[in-house]
Amino acid sequence: MRLADEAGVTGRVVEVAALRQHVLPDRYIRNLKTLSEADQIRLLESAVCIVGQGGLGGLVTETLARIGIGRFHLVDGDRFEAHNLNRQLFSSIDHIGMPKTEAAVMRLKTINPGLEVMATAAYLTPDNADALMGSCNLVVDCLDNIRSRFALEAAAKGAGIPMVSAAVAGISGHVTTIFPEDEGLETIYGPEDQLTIARGSETRLGCLAPGVNLIASLESAEVIKVLLERGDTLQNRLLIVDLADYTFETLRLSGTTAAKKASATPQATAKKQRHFS
Amino acid sequence: MTPAHVRLKLFASLAPLSPENVDRVVISPGVSVKALLAHLDIPVAKAHLVFINGVKRSLDTRLNGGERVGIFPPVAGG
Repeated sequence: MRLADEAGVTGRVVEVAALRQHVLPDRYIRNLKTLSEADQIRLLESAVCIVGQGGLGGLVTETLARIGIGRFHLVDGDRFEAHNLNRQLFSSIDHIGMPKTEAAVMRLKTINPGLEVMATAAYLTPDNADALMGSCNLVVDCLDNIRSRFALEAAAKGAGIPMVSAAVAGISGHVTTIFPEDEGLETIYGPEDQLTIARGSETRLGCLAPGVNLIASLESAEVIKVLLERGDTLQNRLLIVDLADYTFETLRLSGTTAAKKASATPQATAKKQRHFS
Repeated sequence: MTPAHVRLKLFASLAPLSPENVDRVVISPGVSVKALLAHLDIPVAKAHLVFINGVKRSLDTRLNGGERVGIFPPVAGG
């Protein structure tokens, strides 16, 4: 951070410059060889919008910060309550009543003060969704209700960026990736204009830490795969998990685009590799 | 008509409604998923996602026996 302060730039910029000189910051040593120097630079240059800072969002934010995503926009209008303590990573006794985004920003600063983090302490709505996308390369759906998920999907499609989406109930859940050209959430929840419910089985089953953390980890892994264009993503597929009997299965979603080979090389991703301002 | 069997997996809040012997649920060949669920007293309205042999299908899909059938209710928690 001393170099960054002297140069008047963020630590993220210094880390990228170091990697370009083949100097690997110590914090990324254990990422090699699974991630190359080029991969690490690409992640540091990436901007990810994480909407929802609860169970899924907290662990996704932490995981992506540690692996080396460089720029974040964190969105949530909620504050921590006691009933979040069973699973939400950034909640604690000291944080009850604190805006979730504030706790998230504090946490990321302790992990890597060089990250560029923007936070919006507001709920996502159809009215603010487009603005919240900013200049992000990818959005992560960590929301807790169906209508907001559709609003986020519409904004992501409008911005031309992929959305990694996950949902949990009890100790089961699912993960998928939606590119702008995909049918998306409609294949999971049905047509938006025919929605009769706001929430799902989680209202009866709750959300337990093992399920939430596992699904959040799978969601994080998918974010990395999509950003690095590694292929074999969950586009038009749904990874389902049920810890009750350890079911793990990747299912093919139907529709006109389902037969397409899942690929992480959409033009949208490359097109959106631009600076986070 | 000779009875056939399917494997049935109910997820999340539907799991407690699973019939006994889920690996060999008896069906009449040609029965629709919707009719099978009704026969098993599983609320069709909760069956948002129907998967047959790992591919999303509709409630009207007919079963011949030997299929793996998975049913997911809406799940949206975060």
